[in-house]
Amino acid sequence: MSLACENGILKYLFEKDGIRINFMEVCGTHTHAIARAGIKALLPDNIRLISGPGCPVCVTAQETIDAYLTLSERDDVIIATYGDMIRVPGSERGDNLARRRALGSRVAVVYSPVDAVDIAANNPDKTVVFLGVGFETTAPGTAASIGIAKERNVHNYCVYSMLKRVEPALRALLDSPDFDISGFIVPGHVAAIIGERGFDFLASEYKKPSVITGFEPEDIMGSIYSLIKQIRSGRAELENKYERLVKKEGNIAAIDAIEKYLYVRDDVWRGFSNISKAGFGIKEEYSDFDAEKRFDIKTVLKPAPAGCLCGEIIKGRKEPLDCRLFGCICTPEDPIGPCMVSGEGACSAAFKYRSLI
Amino acid sequence: MCLAVPFKIISIDGNDAVGEYEGIFRKIRVDFIKSLDIGDYVMVHAGFAIEKLDEKQALLDIEAFKELEEAFR
Ligand code: SF4
Repeated sequence: MSLACENGILKYLFEKDGIRINFMEVCGTHTHAIARAGIKALLPDNIRLISGPGCPVCVTAQETIDAYLTLSERDDVIIATYGDMIRVPGSERGDNLARRRALGSRVAVVYSPVDAVDIAANNPDKTVVFLGVGFETTAPGTAASIGIAKERNVHNYCVYSMLKRVEPALRALLDSPDFDISGFIVPGHVAAIIGERGFDFLASEYKKPSVITGFEPEDIMGSIYSLIKQIRSGRAELENKYERLVKKEGNIAAIDAIEKYLYVRDDVWRGFSNISKAGFGIKEEYSDFDAEKRFDIKTVLKPAPAGCLCGEIIKGRKEPLDCRLFGCICTPEDPIGPCMVSGEGACSAAFKYRSLI
Repeated sequence: MCLAVPFKIISIDGNDAVGEYEGIFRKIRVDFIKSLDIGDYVMVHAGFAIEKLDEKQALLDIEAFKELEEAFR
């Protein structure tokens, strides 16, 4: 998109009638792309972009984090995890996987669950527990890793499923009182798996204009333009501006993998408590690969770190700068909550690009 | 962890493939992609290709993702 065209969009935005409009993005990659391009600063005051529950690490409940930290104490366990989880704080100040590793726990950072299966194959005297965090984008690969381990006879591999479903969390938000969002920038890579139809409910049931979009600044500006056009013309539709990747029906083979190995269950999200059907567990027939069964993991309800507003930020009710700890007590070097740790967290984005907010 | 990256397919062996992005070669699983050929572009998330991309778009996406990668650093 040319600069002239972007200016055209901005002019269009400025010319509108001045009512306050909040849009929500539900993807950590969008959050960072928006912050990096300084898009919030380009928008007129009455149009706000608010981050929703789009960072999988951030929405993981405190008790789940404590449970895997406890698991990492076992001599017979190797924790395999995406790098994002390494510094996510436990409920005890300073506790995280990095510190546990320094104290002797075995923690391996992996790029893919298949790497974790390889680690298990190379360490037959240990059990590798892969921390399966993520939304529907990550669920198929995590599910498939169970099949890969089974096929390769790697029985010392298991998954601690923290996998989550976006739709029930969005419904929980939309059903909550005073939820003041006029439209959604829909997560493109979740939609690549579950398809356009996976987000139909936003427009058809809740009458919220919604746009599936990519990650270039132009894509995001274009989606804001489309959302405002819909609002101005009284429409509420789901538009797919990421057709190069997102199909109507999604990726059927990926959905099949989810359905083969995982089942839908109620799940606790940070800031929400329990949400009906908002998570994936591992099916009974694959329970050998289910860390919860294998280690009889029981979670104990834990409060969020004192003063941390992550739970409210995830719900779009607060913004990072509303937190008194932001940037002084809580920094990427010494994070208090997960939103400051994860590469996709709203506080991390706000801190990194604070001059552009 | 959620950053998906467009890779060009260099070799394929069943559900295992090797992809290239900006001179970096990586093992990729292609379990979820039908009829894949060498030279095709795929969007890769946590080691799994999640969808095919056409070449023109992939090249545009590679530019955008280079910037985003920087953002995640
Ligand atoms: S700034 Fe830190 S303490 Fe405050 S909400 Fe963000 S992560 Fe939590």
